[in-house]
Amino acid sequence: MNIYVCIKRVPDTEARIKVAGNGTSIDTAGLKYVISPYDEFALEAAIRQKEAAGSGEVTVVTVGESNAAEQLRSALAMGADKAVLLKGQPTLDGLATARALAEEIRGAKPDLVLLGMKAVDDDQQQVGPMLAELLGLPCVTVVAEMEFEDGRVVCHREIEGGVEVVEAPLPAVVTLTKGKYEPRYPSLKGIMAAKKKPLEEKEAKLGEARVTVHSLQPPAEKAAGRIVGQGADAVPELVRLLREEAKVI
Amino acid sequence: MARILAIAEQRDGALRRLSDEIVSAARTLAEAAGAEVDVLLAGPSGIGAAASGLAKFGAEKILVAESDTLKLYAPDVLSQLIADVAKNGDYVAIIFGASSIGKDLAPRVAAKLDAPLAADAVALEFDGGKVTVTRPVYAGRALARVSLDGKPGIVSIRPNVFRPQERPAGGAVEQVAVPAVESRVKVREVRTVAGAKLDVGEAPIVVSGGRGMKGPENWHMLEELRDALGHTCALGASRAVVDAGWRPHAEQVGQTGKTVAPQLYFAIGISGAMQHLAGIRSSRTVVAINKDPEAPIFKVADYGIVGDATEVVPRLTEELKKL
Repeated sequence: MNIYVCIKRVPDTEARIKVAGNGTSIDTAGLKYVISPYDEFALEAAIRQKEAAGSGEVTVVTVGESNAAEQLRSALAMGADKAVLLKGQPTLDGLATARALAEEIRGAKPDLVLLGMKAVDDDQQQVGPMLAELLGLPCVTVVAEMEFEDGRVVCHREIEGGVEVVEAPLPAVVTLTKGKYEPRYPSLKGIMAAKKKPLEEKEAKLGEARVTVHSLQPPAEKAAGRIVGQGADAVPELVRLLREEAKVI
Repeated sequence: MARILAIAEQRDGALRRLSDEIVSAARTLAEAAGAEVDVLLAGPSGIGAAASGLAKFGAEKILVAESDTLKLYAPDVLSQLIADVAKNGDYVAIIFGASSIGKDLAPRVAAKLDAPLAADAVALEFDGGKVTVTRPVYAGRALARVSLDGKPGIVSIRPNVFRPQERPAGGAVEQVAVPAVESRVKVREVRTVAGAKLDVGEAPIVVSGGRGMKGPENWHMLEELRDALGHTCALGASRAVVDAGWRPHAEQVGQTGKTVAPQLYFAIGISGAMQHLAGIRSSRTVVAINKDPEAPIFKVADYGIVGDATEVVPRLTEELKKL
């Protein structure tokens, strides 16, 4: 299978996020960056599919600035075969990102396009289905597990209070969530090999972005609460406070 | 008059609770924009009977699309239907719920209409003719205020944030045709988890457990507490216990799980990693039970009990049952 995986460079999930002086972006000084965790599930799923089939190719694509090449190299070290960096400013406009990805992917006619269900910086959860629309492909989102059977992909899609078992004909776009595809750590051999794998850079054709950030603010800090007491004996007082003071039960 | 389209949600032929919030949010935005609200209610035959329940939240017109092809979730059909309705209606905004349905459909519709989309709104305004949205980024560690510079502005609203407000409007029902497209994406079956009808991301009360519960065998204590809190309560879990395989990922709260905004959040045996605290920040009242008085969770909790979770929880269940 010819598989494309779209990834994003994001701050580490444990990073302390501070708003920058301009008031519309974050302070990036000292931040550690990673591949967005859901994109790692997508990458792992692609590599496993290739390994199971014993053939095929995994191409990893990102829209980002020059430093996103680091995350592409990590993806190559995990086992992707080649990488494409679409150079451009990441935007909150998912449709612009999807357009740039579609421009790159359309001509390659992949059998499968995988993405994380969302990037953990913008939390929009939209590029996957938008890309599918632009490519004219069926799309299944928030998938924990996939199986392939003659020309179709069968997906376990997480929904409220359960799972939908969903099928779609290939080629298709699937977005992944945490589930079957715990990502591997790159081996030393993988890291060495990644240095020789092709990483192509070109300009991202984002078009006009139509989602404008006017301000970015830290959320209001909650006032520290109080310790009601120690152990099970504090429970009656807690229940009284929840009823009479907070009025939530 | 300008119009706003609200997309109601149903499952198994019954309206989802979130639909009231979607219509109410649309109505609030409509009042700011001097607009009226149309609601699209699509589902299997008979779904039209649910329309009257939506008029009281401010629907001027209710567009009912009934077809048995919509018995199970059919994204290709629904997204085409919504795009068709939107093209005929000249809407300034389209409001979805940020649920597994709305978050799947909204981007498809945005791409079909070549319109901008902002997901997971916690506030909506109409500013200088543009739909303007406040939404969390970095799992709630910052709030971005963004404008949608195109028409219609498409939005999904975060559950539990926009309270349903009764503001009755006309509610005239109009039938619309379901497009005759075949869904390439087909649901083979739906496997529901017993007792988990309500998702942790949508429930008004959440009981979350962490390592301090000591093992998956103690989860019955949290299930009993959930049951004592009533049918609007859902179970959540910390990343540590999901990674350890004690609980499914669907229950995970935090940056790599669900971001929640319930009225009442119980963090039980959860110390409070940064990504977890970010994910619960919009909760109204937070209760923490943890044996470590220095745990970061106490810094964001309104009420805390220092103690062994497996001893405190059964007592809490017992006291709640007395109410």
